[in-house]
Amino acid sequence: MKTLDVSWLPSYKYGHHSLMWWGLMGLIAIEGTALALAAAAYLYVWSQANVWPPNAPPELFWGTVNVALLLVSIVPNHLAKRAAEDGDDARLRLWLVVCLLMGLAMLAVRALEFTALNARWDTNAYGSALWFLLGLHTVHLATDVYDTAVLTVLMFTGPLEGRRHVDAAENAIFWYFVVYAWIPVYAITYWMPRLG
Amino acid sequence: MNPLLERTWRDTGFFSAINHKTIALRYIVTSFAFFVAAGILAALMRLQLAVPENDFIGPDLYNQLFTVHGTAMMFLFAVPVMEAMGVYLVPLMVGARSIAFPRMNAFSYWVFLFGGVMLFGVLALNIGPDTGWFSYPPLAGPEHSPGKRVDFYAQLITFTELAALLVAIEIIATAFKMRAPGMTLARMPLFVWAMVVTSFMILFAMPAVMFASTALIADRLVGTHFYNPAEGGDAVLWQHLFWFFGHPEVYLIFIPALGFMSSIIPTFARRPIFGYPAMVLALIATAFLGFGLWVHHMFAAHLPELGKSFFTAASMLIAIPTAIQIFCWIATLWTGRIVFRTPLLFVLAFFFILVAGGLTGIMVASVPLDLQLHDTYFVVAHLHYVLIGGAVFPLFGAWYYWFPKFTGRMMSERLGQWQFWIAFIGFEVAFFPMHTLGMDGMTRRIHTYPEAMGWGAANFISTVGALMIAASGVLFIVNVVRSYRRGAPAGDNPWGADTLEWATSSPPPSYNFDRIPVLGSEGVVVTGLAEKSREVLITTVVDAMPDHRLAFPNPTIWPFLSAVAVTVMFIGSIFTPWAVVWGSIPIVVGVTLWFWPRKDETREHLALEKRP
Repeated sequence: MKTLDVSWLPSYKYGHHSLMWWGLMGLIAIEGTALALAAAAYLYVWSQANVWPPNAPPELFWGTVNVALLLVSIVPNHLAKRAAEDGDDARLRLWLVVCLLMGLAMLAVRALEFTALNARWDTNAYGSALWFLLGLHTVHLATDVYDTAVLTVLMFTGPLEGRRHVDAAENAIFWYFVVYAWIPVYAITYWMPRLG
Repeated sequence: MNPLLERTWRDTGFFSAINHKTIALRYIVTSFAFFVAAGILAALMRLQLAVPENDFIGPDLYNQLFTVHGTAMMFLFAVPVMEAMGVYLVPLMVGARSIAFPRMNAFSYWVFLFGGVMLFGVLALNIGPDTGWFSYPPLAGPEHSPGKRVDFYAQLITFTELAALLVAIEIIATAFKMRAPGMTLARMPLFVWAMVVTSFMILFAMPAVMFASTALIADRLVGTHFYNPAEGGDAVLWQHLFWFFGHPEVYLIFIPALGFMSSIIPTFARRPIFGYPAMVLALIATAFLGFGLWVHHMFAAHLPELGKSFFTAASMLIAIPTAIQIFCWIATLWTGRIVFRTPLLFVLAFFFILVAGGLTGIMVASVPLDLQLHDTYFVVAHLHYVLIGGAVFPLFGAWYYWFPKFTGRMMSERLGQWQFWIAFIGFEVAFFPMHTLGMDGMTRRIHTYPEAMGWGAANFISTVGALMIAASGVLFIVNVVRSYRRGAPAGDNPWGADTLEWATSSPPPSYNFDRIPVLGSEGVVVTGLAEKSREVLITTVVDAMPDHRLAFPNPTIWPFLSAVAVTVMFIGSIFTPWAVVWGSIPIVVGVTLWFWPRKDETREHLALEKRP
C-alpha cells in the first residue's frame, strides 16, 4: 500500500497554520460583532434623542489615560509575541510579566473611568448604552488580563512544552483585538458627543 | 478495528465524554426530545382551538404554551439539531479523527441541555415565559410583564446561543484545517460547505440576540432603559436586534437542510450532483442575502417607506440562489436513475412544501399585503411551510439516511413510508387551512374565538392534521426503537454513497478512520501519526496539504463542571445581579483547571514534539 508519511511534520505551528488561531478568529468575529452591535445600539438611541448627550459627556481624563496605556501596552505585548515565536522562555516570562502589570493598571484606570462617566446605567437610555459599551469592553479586558496571568504562572511553574508558545502568541493576538476594539469605542463614547 | 487506536481514542466516563460522535448523538437525541415536547404543546393548542369558545386551556396557560412552543422549536430544536448533525458528520466527511476543540464541544452540549431543562422546568411550574418567542417590549418589559417569566426566556437565549456559537467555531476549524490531504475546498462535500456557511452566519447573527436579550434582562433587573421610551430608549431597537438575528436564523435552519438535500439526492439519483460550483456559490450568496432581510419582519412598525422597499427587493432577491439549487437538484434527479427509498421521499416533500412556503413568502414580502396579513394565521401557515418543509422533512430524510451509520442498523422501510405519507398529508391538512383562516382575519396567539366568526370548520380540520402529524411522530419513534434493537445490519455503505463517512464502519470506531485516505491519489493512505496519543493531521485551508501534526486533548470532567458553574451563574442572575459577580468565580476556576496542562499529557506530547 502506498503511503504518505507525516511523521516528519512539526507538532505545532504559529499563526494561521494553527488550529487554535482559527478558534481565536472565530471568537474575535463574535466579540467584534457584539461590540459593533452595542455601538450601533448607542448610535440608534442617539438617533431617537432630541438632546445628546442628555447628561454631560464622560470626563476625558481617565479615558484618555487608558487609551495611552492601551496603546503603549502594544509594545510589551508585541515583544512577548516575538519571544514566544522564537521559543525564548526567559524573554517571554519577562514580557508577560510586563504585560500583566500593564493590564492590571488598565483595569484600575477603567474602574476610575466608570466613576467619571457623568451618567449611571439607570439614569436614562444614554447611560444604559454607555455602560453597556464600556462594560462589554471591560469584560474583554479583564478576560485577557486573566488569560495573561494564567499563562504567566504557567511559564514559571510548568509543565511546559513547545506548543505553549503558540498559546502565548495567540494570547497576544487577542490583546491586540482588545486594544484596537477600544479605539472606536473611545471615539464614539468620549468624542462623538462632544463633536456631534 | 485497531485496538491500539481504540484504547487511545475511547471515552473514559459519562460526564467526561468528548468524542464528537457521542456528544453529537446526545445532542440529536436531546434536541429531538425537546422537539417532541414542543410538539405536544402544539397539539394541546390545536385541541384548544378545535372548536369555538373552548375552555380546555385558559388564556394564561395558552400564552405559555405558544411561547415555549416557539422558543423551544427555534432555540432548542431547529438550530441545535442541525449543528449536532454537523458535529457528527463533518469530521467523518472530511476524513478527520475528531472535531476541533472536542472539550468545548462537550461543554456546549451540557450548557444546551441545562438551558433546555430550565425552560421546560419553569413551564412545568406554571411560570413559563408568556410573551411569544420574539418577546417584544414593551409587553416583555418590566412594566407589563412583572415576575420572572420573561427573565427565563432571556436567559434561555443566553444558554442556547452560547452553545451554538461554540459549535460554529468548531465546525469552521474542523472543515478548514482538518480535512484529509488532497480534499481541496473544491472537493469538499456540499453538506460540509452548508455547515461552514451556516457556522459563519451563526458567528455574525447570534451576538445580536445575545445582546438584545442581555439588554432586556438588564432593563428588567437593574433598571436600564434600552427599550423604555420614557427615558430615551426605544422598543423598536429590540425588533431590529432580534430580527437582525432572527432572519438569518431561518437560514441557519434551512442551509444545513440544503446540505442534507445535496447529500441524499445524488445518492438516490445514482449520479454526482449537477452544478457543484453553482451550488457552493448559491449557499454563500444565500448567507450574504440572509443578513439583508430582517426588516421584512417589521413592515407593521413605523419605519421609512424607502427602507421597506429595499427590504422587499432583497426578500425577492434571495429566491434566486434558492432557485438555482432547486434547479440543480431537479437536473440531478432528471438525469439520474432514481431509487425511491424513504430518505428520498422526505427530501422530495421539500419541493412541494418549501416551494409553497416560498410563494407565500413572496406574498408577505410585499408591504401592502403584509400589513393586511401581519400577525394572522397566514403568517403561521407561511412560517410552518418554510420551516417544516424546508428543514424538518429533509431532517427526517437525513435521519433515515444516516441512521445506519449512527447505529449500524437499517430503519424499517415499510414503517418509514407509512410515516412519510401520514406526515406529508397531515402537514397539509394541518397547515393549509391556516392560509384561509389568516385571510379571514384570525389573528395569531388568541386562545379562542367566537362561533360567529365562522372559523370553526377550518380550525377543526387543522386540529385533525396536527393529530396526524403526532401519529407520524409516534411511528418514527417506534421505527427508531425497533430498528435500533433488531434492524437489519447495515454494513459500511448501505446506500452506495460516495462521501467519506461511508468509507468507515457503521457505527464508526472512536477514532473514525484506521487509515486516513489521501484524496486524488487512489489507494494512498496517511502514516506517521502517533497511535498511542490522540494525534491528528492538520492541513492547509485551501489545498489541504499536510501542514503539521497536533496532539488532541484527553477526556476530562472539567467541561461538564464548567457548564454546571455557568448554569448556576445564568440562573442565579435571574434572581440577583450579584450572581454575575460571585457566579463568575467557579466558572473562572473551572475553565482554568480545564486548560491547565497535566504532567503526564505534557510528557506524552514532548516525546512526539518537533519544533516548527
